[in-house]
Amino acid sequence: MAFATFAFYLFAVIAVVAGAMVIFARNPVHSVLWLILAFFSAAGLFVLLGAEFVAMIMLIVYVGAVAVLFLFVVMMLDVNFAELREGMARLLPIGLLIGVVLLVQLGFVFGAWETSEQALSARQAITPAPEIVDNTTAIGKLLYTRYIFLFQTAGLVLLVAMIGAIVLTLRKRQYVKRQDVLKQMYRDPKAAVNLVDIKPGQGA
Amino acid sequence: MEFFSHGFGLFLLILAQCLAVTVVILVSLAFLMYGDRKIWAAVQIRRGPNVVGPWGLLQSFADFLKYIVKEIVIPAGADKTVFMLAPMISFVLPVIVWAVIPWAPGWVISDMNVGILFIFAISSMHVYAIIMGGWASNSKYPFLGGLRSAAQMISYEVSLGLIIIGVLVSTGSLNLSRIVEAQAGSWGLFSWYWLPHLPMVVLFFVSALAETNRPPFDLPEAESELVAGYQVEYSSTPFLLFMIGELMSVFFMCALISILFFGGWLSPIPGIPDGALWMFGKMLFWFFMFSMMKAIVPRYRYDQLMRIGWKVFLPLSLAWVAFIGLAAQYGWLWGTYQRWIGG
Repeated sequence: MAFATFAFYLFAVIAVVAGAMVIFARNPVHSVLWLILAFFSAAGLFVLLGAEFVAMIMLIVYVGAVAVLFLFVVMMLDVNFAELREGMARLLPIGLLIGVVLLVQLGFVFGAWETSEQALSARQAITPAPEIVDNTTAIGKLLYTRYIFLFQTAGLVLLVAMIGAIVLTLRKRQYVKRQDVLKQMYRDPKAAVNLVDIKPGQGA
Repeated sequence: MEFFSHGFGLFLLILAQCLAVTVVILVSLAFLMYGDRKIWAAVQIRRGPNVVGPWGLLQSFADFLKYIVKEIVIPAGADKTVFMLAPMISFVLPVIVWAVIPWAPGWVISDMNVGILFIFAISSMHVYAIIMGGWASNSKYPFLGGLRSAAQMISYEVSLGLIIIGVLVSTGSLNLSRIVEAQAGSWGLFSWYWLPHLPMVVLFFVSALAETNRPPFDLPEAESELVAGYQVEYSSTPFLLFMIGELMSVFFMCALISILFFGGWLSPIPGIPDGALWMFGKMLFWFFMFSMMKAIVPRYRYDQLMRIGWKVFLPLSLAWVAFIGLAAQYGWLWGTYQRWIGG
């Protein structure tokens, strides 16, 4: 298990360093790239836990989709970064304060965390050992049986968010020439092309 | 033998396997590149490369040497780290995915349960090489080319994913070896997935062309509009890495299409033994198809590309997933769509 330990510390250190670099990098595009590295190492940690399905989904969703969008947005922005950093020293105490408050709150939450016997036994009853059922099957069985309504509701929430985003950005502009591909395909050359035979010297 | 079953020995064994697969793939790529150019030349009634070595067979190696000994030019305004990182990512990612490709029963470096997801995760990261290359060059043509290419790859990844889900639902497993095993049957090549999933084979092939930026969808490097897209500023070895990465993902798509729809290592005629040669033959056939597409089809326009990606392929593949779901659950067509092995 020496190799697993080594891999764990490798991924963990990379994740922490990359996370710190997200904040400290001067260029926002570099920040996003560090963020991707952090996601990647987190996926590595999931693999070490034996949760390969979650790891892959994390890579596909966060690295493959979300971070690409981040990168797109950040690359398109034309921001003066020196100007953004001007208030840094002045705002640092407030930022630190918020950070400390959040940390303390998290400490309280985890300090007072209690799990009822019932929940614990229920969780154990539905979680088969990884040797018997691979975790893709296990997650699938849980999501589509026990948590089907929650799962569907989550889907609905996403759908509403998607429709909302489309409605917000959709604007009907008049006087815009659009292509209608079907119309183009069904154009008849006989009706569309008009051949005119012009005698020399007479003009059109 | 005892030494290779655990600890350091196992590590050495896996390392050797990785090396073997990588070397074989890289050497075959050299000849595939040559084959690509020969096929292309034959379609256009030219001779193609015919000077270096017998029949020009060593042309790729000559090109390789030429690329390596050239000078690496980094633009003055470029972001140097990201600029050099992009081609490396572009080369390394397509090498990594070969780890889960089964060549024959048991001939696979990592027979993981989530093989398909792994492929999908790694190939979805290939976009970064292109965006990073385009952005780090700090120039307009590469940037526009990078954006185009990223949008294109993301769009076609969606339909590729949905097509793959159809196959997964039929098999009931994410493991690539299982997918091949599920296609074994007494009817030889007629029990493979290409027959029940026929519409998706066409869609997959076209999506694979678009995903790997091959003609007719080579818009990121449309010479007439963008000079050469995201790789304008690249020269020498970094350019070579981009090219090898691209070709390798093309070859990988050939492997994937052979495994998903054409039965991987299974022999097409019952009675003839199965084996890795079949797998390789199928991949070569699909590579031939890729080359032919490059030779005979004119380039798409960018808006047309996006239109068929989102408005045609996505709804079609989504509807197909719904159909497969029903067909697999209720065992329609004598259980053709329901080949669940264990799990």
